[in-house]
Amino acid sequence: MQQKVTDSVERPSADAGAPVALHGSTATRRRRSFTVRKGLAILAFLAPAIVFVTVFIYYPMISGSQMAFRNWNLTNLTDTSWVGLKNFEAIFADPVFYTVLWNTVVWVFGSIIPQFVIGFAIALWLRRRFRFRGLYQALIFFPWAISGFLIGILFRWMFNSEFGVINDLLSKVGLIDTPIPWLADPGSAMVAVTIANVWYGVTFFAIMILAALQSVPEELFEAGSLDGAGKARMLFQITIPYIRVTLGLTVLLRVIWIFNFPDIIWAMTGGGPANQTHIMTTWMIKTTQRGDYGQASAIGLIVVAILIVFSAFYLLAMREKKEVNS
Amino acid sequence: MINRETMPSRIIRIVFLALWLVITVFPLYWIVITSLKTPGAIFSYPLTYWPEVFSLENYVGLFEKAQFGTYIGNSLLVATVAASVATLISMLSAYVLARFEFRSKGAIMMAFLVTQMIPAFIALGPLYLMMVELNLVDTKFGLMLIYIAVCIPFCTIMLRGFFANVPDALEEAAMIDGCSRIGALFKVIVPVMKPGIVAAFIFNFVNCWNELFLSVTLMNREENKTIPTALNGFISSFNIDWGSMSAAAVLTIIPTMILFAFASRYIVQGLTAGAVKG
Repeated sequence: MQQKVTDSVERPSADAGAPVALHGSTATRRRRSFTVRKGLAILAFLAPAIVFVTVFIYYPMISGSQMAFRNWNLTNLTDTSWVGLKNFEAIFADPVFYTVLWNTVVWVFGSIIPQFVIGFAIALWLRRRFRFRGLYQALIFFPWAISGFLIGILFRWMFNSEFGVINDLLSKVGLIDTPIPWLADPGSAMVAVTIANVWYGVTFFAIMILAALQSVPEELFEAGSLDGAGKARMLFQITIPYIRVTLGLTVLLRVIWIFNFPDIIWAMTGGGPANQTHIMTTWMIKTTQRGDYGQASAIGLIVVAILIVFSAFYLLAMREKKEVNS
Repeated sequence: MINRETMPSRIIRIVFLALWLVITVFPLYWIVITSLKTPGAIFSYPLTYWPEVFSLENYVGLFEKAQFGTYIGNSLLVATVAASVATLISMLSAYVLARFEFRSKGAIMMAFLVTQMIPAFIALGPLYLMMVELNLVDTKFGLMLIYIAVCIPFCTIMLRGFFANVPDALEEAAMIDGCSRIGALFKVIVPVMKPGIVAAFIFNFVNCWNELFLSVTLMNREENKTIPTALNGFISSFNIDWGSMSAAAVLTIIPTMILFAFASRYIVQGLTAGAVKG
């Protein structure tokens, strides 16, 4: 910038798309002196981030993926030969896999639907100003500050069958006569962990949906009320269509996230009783801890495959809906 | 439109919001109350919702019977170092990604985004092996390195959004005045972005402070354990001592709650900017 490289106005190189016409010769001169130095600067600034992410995230992930096709067990490291799809065959032959798969579906949709509905309602109600709204938001957003693992511990204690506060409250209200062994009973354990997750996740949806709602221009509502549209109609015909894409993407990201979210279950049940609360990721971590890296990696790849296929269909469905609407 | 509200819908709104507030705050209330009961009172009928005697016995026990002080120290050290380094590195990469156009930019952003979506647990085993090979397994330094890497992608994405809001003219003016680019970054931009950077640091810090599965996999020795690792040990035993457990939970939660209270506005901004603008 300080040094003059050239004064002549040259045509910009093909890869630069800056509006030359606007800035004239200054822009061109700057660009030329930039190219080399700019390249070096970009490299220097990006290098640390790229090195860390490559070495500690991508390398282990790729090396983990290839283990899925090997006999890779910490208990027997002498034979790490390639075994093709043997690890996958073993998983598909294991009845536990189908239980875990079903549990994952229940976990994901059982969590996300109530989270979305409650979060949406809260966001709608929070859009209106009221006294102490700031304080209210701060209070209901606090679960956010807590890790999933600790949420799990909190709820494990509250769901305790003997001294848990949930059984105590339920019997006080008269809903139950005898305490429910929430986490020990295969039938209720999944309900309990899902309740904990719903409690945890509503905040996220409330925040995201509130932000999306606030992005809807007021004029739309004014036009709507001039047309005499009722409240429900305005919600479904103005608000929701306007934020549809944001909502859709938020839900998709959340599905992926909850699919990969083992912390609450890990703390509450560790996957038990009798695998009834294992989801794919908790099962995978347990397998890793057993030392069977080959099998664990195969589970991981199955998760990736499921998520890619699901996302593809989801995005396709979102696009098609849009075309139908317009 | 927003200002007209019928009486019934107003009542519904207030009732639901109040109900949700109670549901949200109750678990925290309950863990705090539990931690302040005497061990005898925790396991006795009927349950008391307001203890007759408040006692710090559970807290004292944490430090006397378990090495909770060590765990807190480890968590503080690892989280502070990792979050600082990660924030610094992310500032550099976010700056470049916000300011320059270059060919591989899209690919790099994508590579960062993807790390947020794939199950990271697939890397757990290989990371362990790698740390064994590097002689860094079961060391705080090794854990820090991994935490830095884990923090960078999201932190970069978040900071990039903040950088984009700072006008170019600011550093251009500084550079015309003879500042180098990196000088301009640290002398002109960083002060303007301070709240965003603090928020990014807090976000990283809380994530490292809470991280469980990596540290459980990598850390073994008692003197190296972070708080979540230690708590994981507590819950694996058959008889959980819920008194010290809840005291430990309270001590873990309170610092993060205080930090989040400061930063939540910016974290929300960062998150929603990414989602709303795409």
